[in-house]
Amino acid sequence: MNSLQSYLLLSSLLFSIGLAGALTRRNAILVLIGIELMLNAANLNFIAFWRYGPAPEVLTGIMFTIFSISIAAAEAAVGLSIILAAYRHSRTTDLDQMNSLKG
Amino acid sequence: MTTSFMILAVLTVAGTAAAMGLRNAVHCVLALALGFAGIAMLYLQLGAQFVGFTQILVYVGAVAILAVFAIMMTHNDKSMALPDSHSAWVAGCIVAVAVFAVLARAIVSSSASAQTQPPQPAATVQQIGNALMHRFVMPLEIMGLLLTAALIGAVVIAMDRREEMK
Repeated sequence: MNSLQSYLLLSSLLFSIGLAGALTRRNAILVLIGIELMLNAANLNFIAFWRYGPAPEVLTGIMFTIFSISIAAAEAAVGLSIILAAYRHSRTTDLDQMNSLKG
Repeated sequence: MTTSFMILAVLTVAGTAAAMGLRNAVHCVLALALGFAGIAMLYLQLGAQFVGFTQILVYVGAVAILAVFAIMMTHNDKSMALPDSHSAWVAGCIVAVAVFAVLARAIVSSSASAQTQPPQPAATVQQIGNALMHRFVMPLEIMGLLLTAALIGAVVIAMDRREEMK
């Protein structure tokens, strides 16, 4: 039988991978993807705690995960369109070269 | 730990690690789709069917494809050729390993995380729909408003304004 511990360890590993990607990559799209991975790790935690928690029939963990997935989808759409707008302006998606806020 | 959990965990971690480590950005997103599919299968294994299929639809079907389109639209040989800077890579990996060490220590030392699997709870789509329409109807409406605003906002931000100015 799987214990809750194995799911929590897996999700913290996914969180760390996403954090490493968000900190080390220079492409803005890949940084956004790293943040999505960290959100996914949190969702996995919600589902694991729902499954092993005291009152699974209330469905709170599932509801929180559904809303969290919707917010992450909205965030990805807006984030990618901001990256596209910035690329059209400065012709690069490299975060080290995006160092100006002037339009 | 069961064999299926081990297979899914290895698949998910390999997909996400490749997504964060590969050089070519398109390969990264394709590996990421594999990692998202692995997470969806972990949801199915935990008994959350609806969330698993939502994960496949939203992440593998929409977010990964959107990221591939964004990478292709911003494709530029100059940005692809530059390697990631070495000192930033080492520092980022040290921070990530430190965060994982803290989290893993907290999880292993906690007494709450050692419990084994209780009997499968029922979470049918009908129950989820009932909960969404009664107890969670207000968050559902706000979510619809948020998604509409995000859709319009994404189109407005990504629109090319140089044509209107002419």
